[in-house]
Amino acid sequence: MIPLSYYLVLGAILFSIGVMGIFLNRKNVITILMAIELILLAVNINFVAFSQHLNNLSGQVFVFFILTVAAAEAAVGLAILVLFFRNRRSIDVDDINSLSG
Amino acid sequence: MSVVEAVFFLFATILVASAFMVISARNPVHSVLFLVLAFFNGAGLFILAGAEFLGFTLILVYVGAVMVLFLFVLMMLDINLQRMREGILNYLPLGAAIAFILVVEMGMALSAGAGGPVVGGDSALGGPEAGNTTLLGRVLYDQYLLPFEVAALVLLVALVAAIALTLRSRPDTKKQVPGDQVRVRRDERVRMVDMPTEKPQKTAGEAAGTGEDQ
Repeated sequence: MIPLSYYLVLGAILFSIGVMGIFLNRKNVITILMAIELILLAVNINFVAFSQHLNNLSGQVFVFFILTVAAAEAAVGLAILVLFFRNRRSIDVDDINSLSG
Repeated sequence: MSVVEAVFFLFATILVASAFMVISARNPVHSVLFLVLAFFNGAGLFILAGAEFLGFTLILVYVGAVMVLFLFVLMMLDINLQRMREGILNYLPLGAAIAFILVVEMGMALSAGAGGPVVGGDSALGGPEAGNTTLLGRVLYDQYLLPFEVAALVLLVALVAAIALTLRSRPDTKKQVPGDQVRVRRDERVRMVDMPTEKPQKTAGEAAGTGEDQ
């Protein structure tokens, strides 16, 4: 069977790709949202692997809740994105500076 | 290498490759499609680890709903692709360095306990007497009932928020107000006018014209 460390290394690689995607795609908010989805997928893989390893279903329940929250996050994030594009005609991260943060 | 390990490596390789394509594809539509591929392979890994219900949920919810939402938004927005790609190489060293540091750190943390535990196989979670879905349902509706209801509430709030954010009233468009249409009274629309009847007077040109026709 598959060692637990294989799953954890896979999760680590996916997480790092997601973080790198956030740093790389500074021009496109949609790609940043997709990188966040990748990070969540990495977390979910870790949860499922540990759930099976520890023989405890709580990990899979947590994955269920993460999926729920991620769907809500994607919906609200894309709504904000549509609103922003309607006002500024752009989805560039550098244009999101009206709060001067 | 056993068959299960070979399947794991196949799924994992495609997953990592498509995840890399998600963040590096030039066209954001291609990114979304590669993300769909990544989620399919992630679902395969879930099923390999004995979490069948979550694997199918991942395909149904993510590929079926969230990714389609992404595609909808992407195609609704009129994005200038040329401008979006400029300056990506400026951030490449920083992003690659951070990703490298993350991988090395997590690899060090994981290698401390390497070679020990094993995932999958004859676990009691996916036994033949009750499948993974049945067991997950028992835990979800018993032990985690209140968080389950709160998750439903989170979805409701997100639904209302998404609609409230994107709903707008446009003053420049014409639209019907059915309430006003129903409430309208007769004297607001019809005006009766008394006019004296008159005989039409034929002009000289009209008389000549009719004469030619005949």
